[in-house]
Amino acid sequence: MNQQAISDLITKMADDELILGHRNSEWTGLGPIMEEDIAFSSMAQDQIGHALALYRILQEHLGGTDPDRFAFLRPASEFKCCHLVEMPIGTYDFSLMRHFLFDHAEAVRYESLLQSGFAPLQQLARKLKGELKYHTLHADAWILQLCRAGGESYNRMQAALDTCFPLACGIFEPGAAEQALMDAGIYPGEQALYERWLHNIYLVLVKASLNMPDPAAITPAYGGRSGQHTPHLQPLLEEMGAVLRLDPAASW
Amino acid sequence: MTAENTIANIYTALEQVMDPEIPVLSVLDLGMITAVTIEEDTAHIKMIPTFAACPAVSFIQQRIREAVAAATGLPVCVTIDKEAHWHSKRLSEAAREKLRNFGIAPPGIHEGELRAEMLLNTPCPHCGSQHTYLRSPFGATLCRAIHYCKDCGMVFEQFKPLG
Repeated sequence: MNQQAISDLITKMADDELILGHRNSEWTGLGPIMEEDIAFSSMAQDQIGHALALYRILQEHLGGTDPDRFAFLRPASEFKCCHLVEMPIGTYDFSLMRHFLFDHAEAVRYESLLQSGFAPLQQLARKLKGELKYHTLHADAWILQLCRAGGESYNRMQAALDTCFPLACGIFEPGAAEQALMDAGIYPGEQALYERWLHNIYLVLVKASLNMPDPAAITPAYGGRSGQHTPHLQPLLEEMGAVLRLDPAASW
Repeated sequence: MTAENTIANIYTALEQVMDPEIPVLSVLDLGMITAVTIEEDTAHIKMIPTFAACPAVSFIQQRIREAVAAATGLPVCVTIDKEAHWHSKRLSEAAREKLRNFGIAPPGIHEGELRAEMLLNTPCPHCGSQHTYLRSPFGATLCRAIHYCKDCGMVFEQFKPLG
């Protein structure tokens, strides 16, 4: 079995969750209403927990290192997260649209992993599928509500979609060793997930009367999977690892 | 002491290990325990968290270790059972009643995939009315949602259904 390819797949999934988890946690105390403050804080907690579960699979099954050190002491060039998750939280409309596009991508990815030939991923997918449903329910409800409100609310959601869509397409950046994973029945590959994702988000966007950008007319934000990142990642990593780096050997 | 007696003692001890976030429910009420065995004079307990990122898991494991060690005098090994996953049908009817009395609506029973409509009209644990709506699928802890009762005017929490 292609261990490096499985490690790369798990690392990019975990890095996406870790980085977006930290971004979403930046809403704690700042949410536009209390329920949304709690929602983004809860989703952040979920995502950082999911990242930990994935880093543990790397450690226990694929010769990986301690999850804390792997998460907080790696240089930016070794992170495999996509550009979407690196972006600052911006305004609530941006963060909500990012959450909608990202969590639908997570949902199709974990749905496909229910059939994975790699048992640890298959077991984790069973565990996380029900939890992710709350993320997409939350995102769908707010997208619909804010779009149906019309006026500035609708215009801001359309603008947020136009901004986020090319970034979100970068989630599905093709990987070099993907074919080996597909042949081994580990997962169905990025192109298949991308098509299922487009289908699922389209169903919600139509109900919200939002215009989905033409996928053929945009340039997906690729590069994150091979360690090329936006300038936003490095300062975030410095902040995330600041305490651990004070004394990496400390016992908490 | 026979192995059967020891295992019965362990279950009695586990009845006293409460969830730190819902202190009226034990780990057994919550259906978090998936196996109890004695192997080579060590008590092995397998457990599962309700939600994967639950921050109370290591605290609960520590409490299980202490309670079982005190009841049996044996070394205790508590591990996460990766082959099982928690779902709301693991809550016993007695546990659902305890939740209601504590002011938290128990999760609705559902088959198959969760849909948004299943979270509507959750019976209010205070007045029993179903004239309620979901305010947020996220609450004070990962396992709770927030609802509002239009009849008694109370905001209340629900233990979220999980398939």
